Amino acid sequence: MGEPTQVIPVFSGPQCAPSNPFCWDWITANWSSILGPSLVQHIYITLIAVVVGLVISVAAALFAFSRNWFAGGFLAFSTFLYTIPSLAFFLMFVPITGLSLTTIEIGLTSYTLLLLFRNTLTGLRTVPRSAVEAAEGMGLTPQQILFRIRLPLALPSIMAGVRIAAVTVISLATIAASVAPLGLGKPIFDAIHTLFDTELVAAALLTIALALVTDVIVVGLQYLVTPWTRVRR
Amino acid sequence: MTGYLSFFSDQAALLVRLTVGHILLSVVAVVISIVIAVPLGAWIGHLHRGSFLVVNAGNVLRSLPTLAIVAIVIALFGFGYVNITVALVILAFPLVLTNTFTAVEGVDPGTVEAARGMGMTGWQILTRVELPSSIPLMMSGIRTSWVYVVATAYLATFAGATGTLGDVIANISGYGLTGVLAAATVSIVLAFLGDALLGLVERGLTPTGLALAQRAPATT
Repeated sequence: MGEPTQVIPVFSGPQCAPSNPFCWDWITANWSSILGPSLVQHIYITLIAVVVGLVISVAAALFAFSRNWFAGGFLAFSTFLYTIPSLAFFLMFVPITGLSLTTIEIGLTSYTLLLLFRNTLTGLRTVPRSAVEAAEGMGLTPQQILFRIRLPLALPSIMAGVRIAAVTVISLATIAASVAPLGLGKPIFDAIHTLFDTELVAAALLTIALALVTDVIVVGLQYLVTPWTRVRR
Repeated sequence: MTGYLSFFSDQAALLVRLTVGHILLSVVAVVISIVIAVPLGAWIGHLHRGSFLVVNAGNVLRSLPTLAIVAIVIALFGFGYVNITVALVILAFPLVLTNTFTAVEGVDPGTVEAARGMGMTGWQILTRVELPSSIPLMMSGIRTSWVYVVATAYLATFAGATGTLGDVIANISGYGLTGVLAAATVSIVLAFLGDALLGLVERGLTPTGLALAQRAPATT
């Protein structure tokens, strides 16, 4: 937050008419100064939120597995979360953590919890009875069954949650930029009150591309970590 | 805390006006989504074709960041109500579409066969058998889309459309955090009220036989 926030888009260099909604010259001239760094920041913000959210959710789901009261409470809280306008939710933490990355991450991580916790718990609970019985027959303790049998077999469900969570975070992180100017939301908010459309469209298209590519990457990752689901019986 | 509570009384007229605008915008967006998504989802589900297409189109649309849509529509159509309405319809549409499709596609084939055996035409099967059986799942898609749309409609302010709760939520320098939280509270209440109201509609629309079957213990 050291340097002042730039509000006016950069017109210098290439000649771009403000009315032109998509001017390549501006994009190539400003890739290394505006768009590239924003994209990298956006990926960074998303990664932190999803990884932290995943760690909390899996731990919470393992804890909640044999404790129904906890599962009910956690789900009720996270359902409530989705009715809150996201901007208001981000702003709620500003008095505590300031206009910082931490504020954004607290908000974004919270949003991943609903999806990841629910999917992890569903995954743990829908493991085939036969697999659990085989493990019991082999003499595994309930604790071992939870960690060595149920958790790995819950991976497809967990990864489906990661997929939605990652895309949701990418979307919400653009809004978070109005709280702390980080990521692809920054050029969007910088350009939204000007008559210059190229910056707006370029940042928006980049966000959309990031969301779509992430979706494909997570599907590929899911394919890689769950080889048994590809075996035809 | 006192600032938060007094905001409701001090700014009552403003909050009521913005709430009405917020409801109107959300209703319009959800209704447009229903009008497009329900016939489309029901038709494709009835034909039992194109499930790959619907599921993937749903996933792609669902991954579009709403603020990015707002930004692109600004460049294409400019600021205003059309802008935010398009963005909210894109938000709600995939939820209604995939749920309608999944519901109609998943209707028990035995039931459909029985209806065909009774001499019903395809249209009659769709309107009298498949759609009534699909009400619970279809309505759950509509209810989720309502919650998402109400919670996101404040972005109207960034799309240049005034008169929603976004006027307060996105203007912390004007109304302070207490104002933002007060307006957000109204938005939260709207989401829950609409969801409850749609729950009543769902109960009213669900065929008696289906409701009885859902309440009865599973026989298998």
